[in-house]
Amino acid sequence: MAMIRPLSAPGPDLPVPVSRLSARSRNPAVRGLQRMTTAIRSNRKATWGFVLLVLFCLVSAFPWVLAHDDPSAMIYPVSLGPSAHHLLGTTGLGQDMFAQLIWGARPVLLIAFGVGLGATGIAVLIGVAAAYLGGWWDAVLNLVVDVLLVIPLFPLLIIIAGYLHSAGTLVMIAVITFTGWSYTARQLRSQALSLRNRDFLEAARVRGERRLYIVVVEIIPTMTSLIVASFLTNALYAVLFSTSLQFIGLGDPTVVSWGTMLRSAENNEAFQTGQALWIIAPGLCIVGLGAAFALLNYAFDEIGNPALRPLRRARVKRSG
Amino acid sequence: MTELTAQPGGPQPDAAPAVAAAPGGLAAESGTEPLLRTEGLTKHFKIGNALSQRTLHAVDEVNLQVGERQIVALAGESGSGKSTIARLLARIYQPTAGEIYFEGRRLSAIRSRADRLRYSGLVPMVFQDPFASINPVFRVSHGVMRGLKLHRPELSREQRYSEAQRMFEVVGLTPAVDVLQRYPHELSGGQRQRVGFAQALVMRPKLILADEPVSMLDVSIRIGLLNLMVQLRDAESVSILYITHDLASARYVADRLIIMYAAMIAESGPVEEVLANPKHPYTQLLLSAVPDPRAPLGVSAETDRGEPPKVIDPAPGCRFRQRCPLAIEVCHSVTPQLQAIGTGHEVACHVAQSGAEVKAF
Amino acid sequence: MSSGAAEPVPAIADTAAGVRRGRFRRRLEAVPGLQATTGATYQPEHPDAILDVRDLSVEYLLDSGTVVAVDRVSFALMPGEFVAIVGESGCGKSTLLFAIAQLLSPPAEIIGGSVTFAGRNMVELTDSALNAIRWKDLSVVMQSAMNALNPVKSIGAQFKDVMRAHGVTARQEIASRSAEVLRMVGIDPIHLDSYPHQLSGGMRQRSMIAMALLFTPELVIMDEPTSALDVVAQRSLMVQIAELKERFGFAVIFVTHDMSLVSHFSDRLMVMYAGQVAELGPTRQLFDSPAHPYTVGLMDAFPSIRGPRRPLSGIPGSPPDLARPPQGCRFAPRCPKVMDRCQADPPGLYQVDGIDVRCFLYEGAVGADRWSKP
Repeated sequence: MAMIRPLSAPGPDLPVPVSRLSARSRNPAVRGLQRMTTAIRSNRKATWGFVLLVLFCLVSAFPWVLAHDDPSAMIYPVSLGPSAHHLLGTTGLGQDMFAQLIWGARPVLLIAFGVGLGATGIAVLIGVAAAYLGGWWDAVLNLVVDVLLVIPLFPLLIIIAGYLHSAGTLVMIAVITFTGWSYTARQLRSQALSLRNRDFLEAARVRGERRLYIVVVEIIPTMTSLIVASFLTNALYAVLFSTSLQFIGLGDPTVVSWGTMLRSAENNEAFQTGQALWIIAPGLCIVGLGAAFALLNYAFDEIGNPALRPLRRARVKRSG
Repeated sequence: MTELTAQPGGPQPDAAPAVAAAPGGLAAESGTEPLLRTEGLTKHFKIGNALSQRTLHAVDEVNLQVGERQIVALAGESGSGKSTIARLLARIYQPTAGEIYFEGRRLSAIRSRADRLRYSGLVPMVFQDPFASINPVFRVSHGVMRGLKLHRPELSREQRYSEAQRMFEVVGLTPAVDVLQRYPHELSGGQRQRVGFAQALVMRPKLILADEPVSMLDVSIRIGLLNLMVQLRDAESVSILYITHDLASARYVADRLIIMYAAMIAESGPVEEVLANPKHPYTQLLLSAVPDPRAPLGVSAETDRGEPPKVIDPAPGCRFRQRCPLAIEVCHSVTPQLQAIGTGHEVACHVAQSGAEVKAF
Repeated sequence: MSSGAAEPVPAIADTAAGVRRGRFRRRLEAVPGLQATTGATYQPEHPDAILDVRDLSVEYLLDSGTVVAVDRVSFALMPGEFVAIVGESGCGKSTLLFAIAQLLSPPAEIIGGSVTFAGRNMVELTDSALNAIRWKDLSVVMQSAMNALNPVKSIGAQFKDVMRAHGVTARQEIASRSAEVLRMVGIDPIHLDSYPHQLSGGMRQRSMIAMALLFTPELVIMDEPTSALDVVAQRSLMVQIAELKERFGFAVIFVTHDMSLVSHFSDRLMVMYAGQVAELGPTRQLFDSPAHPYTVGLMDAFPSIRGPRRPLSGIPGSPPDLARPPQGCRFAPRCPKVMDRCQADPPGLYQVDGIDVRCFLYEGAVGADRWSKP
């Protein structure tokens, strides 16, 4: 082995020994998540959104806790008003509305998270790859994205869902994901483009890394906040689109969900016959879930754009 | 011709205390192939749209050489082509024309992934911006460990880690165990540049391409990095192509100096020789513009206000002629070629080549 | 804050600062006897100084705590004088400059001291009063012209904006004055129609200087205007600035990290370290016989282009974390001449041969004990 001597002069001092650094995580990606939780906690809109979302998630995960009746069972007298026995009354078909509402949360949330993850995942891979690989790849992928963007989303959804007849939850997720990833891909591509010429990516290239590695390991972790924000947006739109599809009858009527509730309410002329609650209850839930996602997005605006961050606390600890 | 295969064993043991590079430094003169040699290296970029295509000449007909255990400074203003040369040598760009020879082998003959990988280990690059050249979401050990994994796969994970530690010690980042665990934002600019050097060193390179490694650092930190580069040349037998716009630091570390102007080499030679007897008017201009507090101010009444040109579709002729007070007839029509005018001292100037005294600035 | 990391750059903001100033004024009023609080008494020896900075302190409110970026800096500027403020990144020189120009915005805040310009304390002025001064008596040249110039407007349009903002509306006057200032800096007035990206770096900086001279102010503040330029363009810009100063007689405060750049142009040089003034005195004297060990170290860190080639060592270590400044002298951990006392007590500013030095080595030296901090 060669004789290698370290520099004889004392090396540059480290500013602060590691042990004395703050307890907060030092990994910038995890720090990003910590910033998110701080932003959520301190931004009131986001806190409400988070609480709401957690509530919905719990309800959809453990529906039997709150609703003891079978939601599809049409065994009750029809169109009862709210009472102690039926918290929201019964539907025109003799189902317990409250049970329907609670059990109906699950498909909606599954769709929301399924589409959120699916669309964002595809968008990340394609958008970032297009930006980084550039050239021919970029041109082709861009073309695909643009074509999908130009096609009007809702009519396309209608056609596909109609073709598949009744679209259950899984199909719904697939359809909305397929038609919805392109917008996010565009956004992520733009951000990745702005990162493309950063030196550390060139350094990875010069080091001999493969391009896929660079895209997945070097670029994507630096885009976490935009990715999370995209996830929330996609989830929000999934909620709205899926319930709309179900409302116009393209959903699977055997699945109990808020959208199908709306559908059967409409079919049975709920408003006209004085059963307004049948429409209002699921409607409010849809709005509530959508609002939860939208409110959470406020927290991420802050992270993405530091100029929006308010000055916080800081004064508290001034001594003298 | 040697095959580009992994070298067995570790780095070569130090044969003797560092010997100064030969005064000329041109290995070709002594008959052996220099470590790196370019022949007519050219890089053009197409700019403009479909209607008006124009060509930007970033690098034109550059012949340069770097020998073993040598620091060669490539100096010039921004737009002179020096960064493009670094990227051509690192194979980030492909040359439009000309050839690069590394250890006698043509770079254009590199085809397989194994060869590419091998070359990138032998000729790594250190970047200018310490804040942008390390991925902020990973610890600083990430780049070093990846470099080791890709280029020295025979090592086990523990061996890689201890090698990383050793390399951090070599570049002066102590205690290495502590620094390895840090994130880039927890280090200063100077420390990050040292990490950049460590990343290059773990691959056991022969030649490091240093693209303005100190220009974004504070003045008192620069000396530390410059000293590190000299030490790497002496102790690790690594050659360095030091790209800079600062002649003073070039003088401090380099054995040879190459001055670039408008995509071509204006002058090159041993650093003391070029700075003491600059033969190209541009070199003289550069020297006169370097602020030296210890010298009295020699402000010429007509301070040069020109800027280096963007070389787009250039006409033949010396590219410095607009700013040169000594320009003669031939300068406007014939592009001067590099020609030797002393031992290892070359200049591309008609006036200098004609033997006349060059006293421009 | 890790050293060497980018010093938080205050954003340029001409925001409604009334709230800020109101708070500051209330804080001032709440403190019985301002001098007792700041500790220092600065004896103004130059009543005809156009700018008198006294005990100026600036603080940053960060999530992790407060950082005093500028700590009780004082100096006086005479008419037509060129003062260079020199230091490395993180020393507070840019913050100081912005504080003097009243361009700080949250999280940066002036927490003490005064900036007296033309007889009035700028820290306490309202925005409208400041606007009357801005550009007419005091103008600023920023570091990077590409950041300061509007990329979608031509140079001429931006000059017009400035002049109209300050009450000049006659088209003829605007046109002739714009052409005049461009000629002053050596740019052909035809470039009034050019966009910033069409000009070279040197020309952009010079057009920034031209813009700063539209109303021939008494004081021009420059924040590293040459750092983005090549060495030849730097030299020509410095010469240009010196020429203009001679011609129009304005004072200049020039912030830079490269002291050799200003060595031939500045009258006085102020070396800053870790938010404090380390040394302040006539330029030539500082270069010939630097007093503070930091200045000595800095000078030594510049490799020379002429003269003997010798190994240099720079200054080991890094500047202190300003969130937790050391108890004694801030340079003590890196000082080759450190004494025991330096770690415990902060040195005051002592005067030696007309130079102010913050170092115990000069405490008992000949020359009045200017002022010392407790």
